[in-house]
Formats: sequence, structure tokens, C-alpha cells
Amino acid sequence: MDFHNHNLWAIHIGEHEFWITNTIMNTWIIMGVLILLALAVRFSLKRFESTPKGFQNAVEALVEIFRNFTISTMGEKNKRFSAYFGSIFLFIMLSNLSGLVGLRPPTADLATTLSLALLTFVMIHYYGIKTKGIKAYLKGYFEPFAFLFPINLMGELATPVSLSFRLFGNLLGGTIIMTLYYSIPFWPMKLGIPAALHVYFDMFSGILQTFIFVMLSMTFVAGALEE
Amino acid sequence: MENIDGGAFILGLSALGAGIAMIAGLGPGIGQGFAAGKGAEAVGRQPAAQGDIRTTMLLGQAVSETTGIYSLVIAIILLFANPLIGTYVKFLQQVK
Repeated sequence: MDFHNHNLWAIHIGEHEFWITNTIMNTWIIMGVLILLALAVRFSLKRFESTPKGFQNAVEALVEIFRNFTISTMGEKNKRFSAYFGSIFLFIMLSNLSGLVGLRPPTADLATTLSLALLTFVMIHYYGIKTKGIKAYLKGYFEPFAFLFPINLMGELATPVSLSFRLFGNLLGGTIIMTLYYSIPFWPMKLGIPAALHVYFDMFSGILQTFIFVMLSMTFVAGALEE
Repeated sequence: MENIDGGAFILGLSALGAGIAMIAGLGPGIGQGFAAGKGAEAVGRQPAAQGDIRTTMLLGQAVSETTGIYSLVIAIILLFANPLIGTYVKFLQQVK
């Protein structure tokens, strides 16, 4: 039974010691795949024609899916966010699916999901201050009554926690159940049945949680952008 | 009770606690099923709005799932990253 996040090797910077973990390694692999995909798209951009076919068709469909998704969730005037949320979507989806090729999903580590959720948190408050102005933004914490300020503050701080724990808990739960199943000593149980479990825990649950993370982030940011 | 080792006692009760924490899975299960039922009703009433209904339903279910996930995280911490053992070891060192 082994689903822990291992330390692979250490890097010394000054007096501090930084451990390279499984999560960091797998994140690099996924980043590498995404960068290669981006380079492939970039270099074939010159050969793109007005009537798409093959690879160009797939790329255009991908961009269009993300744009329509952003427009339907955040509204027509916020479609500029589709680039950011599209890349976050691709990263989380590849992380969740990486369990299929035997990697430990980076999203099964709170460090990854909490940093993704903190990005959303910073965006919510940056755009909240930018659209409303600092006065109206701070006033929002004292509504409807001034004594509700602690509850409003807690509610705001709970957003990144619940966002990150949802993704982390689902992925870690899936990883643990898969590992427990694989550690059954009776070998005929390992024929065929794990495939169905992988389809549910890695593909269905993984893509659904990606979708939910991105859609909740979009809803929060769109809420902050409202006048 | 004197012949039970303190560490084993903490481990056993932590395992029990993890199991009890997962009872919280009941709530989100009932709630999500209810939401899915209402979603199916809404699709039956207005099949054209299926896409909107699906996204709204998934969003609501994801938010209501949070409590279940919290309990799962607590159970995982109790089983695999138990903070009580560290406290117990520190306590033993202080006694000595």
C-alpha cells in the first residue's frame, strides 16, 4: 500500500533544504506535455488555412469550447478570461488523468490545489477592488449589518479552503481507494475490474471535479466583477 | 485497562474516529440525490433547458458536497497523518 507523496531528492539553497517530491516531478511532466502541445500549435500556426482540417480542427474546437464555456458562465463582456481558465482547466484535467498512466496525480496534494485556489482568491479580491473601488469593497463586509463583519470575513476566507479541499479530497480519496484495491492479494480480482474503477475515479470523477473547480472559480470571479 | 499501551489506545480510537467521521457522507449523499431528482423533474418539465439545468445542478451538488469532503479529509488525517501520536510522544518525553 503506497500512495504517499515521496521525497525524491533534496536541493540545498543556502542553509535551507528543499525536497523535490513526487508532486513536483509529476507537475513538471504535465507542464512539459502542455508546453510541447503549445509549441506544436505555435509552429503549425503558419500552415493554418481558412478551411480547417485535422489538427487545426481539434485546436479550433478546443479554443471555441473554452470560449463558449466562459461566455455562458461569466457573460459576453468577460470572455477575455477564457485564456486563463482554459489553461487552468487543461492543467487540472491532465493532472487528474495522470493516474491513468501510473503517476501520482499532483492534484492529490494539498499544495497544488491550495495554490490553484489561492490564484482564484487573489483574482476575486483584485477584481472586486478594481470594479467597486476600495470603499464600496470594504463596505461590502459590513452588510447587511455591521456586526456580521466576522461572519462575512470567515465566509471570504473559507472560499479558497473549500475550493482546494474539494479537489484534493476527491482526488486523494480516489487514489487511496485504487491503491487499496490493488493491494488485494487475490490476483484474479485484478483482471478487468480495475479498468472500471479507473474509468470512474480517474476519468469521470477527475473531469467532473476539474469542471466544477473551474466553473466555481468563474462564478466567484464573475460575481466580483459585477457592478 | 492498565495493560493497554497508550499509543495503541490512541491508534485504535483514531481508527474508530475515522469511521465515525465518514458518517457525514450520509448528508451529501441524500442532498445530491435530492438535487438530481429535482434536476430530472426540471428536465421533464422543460427539456429545452437541459444544458442550463445540468450546470446549475452540478454546481449546487459540488457546493453541498463540501461537508462530505471535510469529513473525508479528517478521516484521512486520522488514519495516515495522525497528529495525536506526535502529541503523545511529546507528552511521554515531558513525563520522563
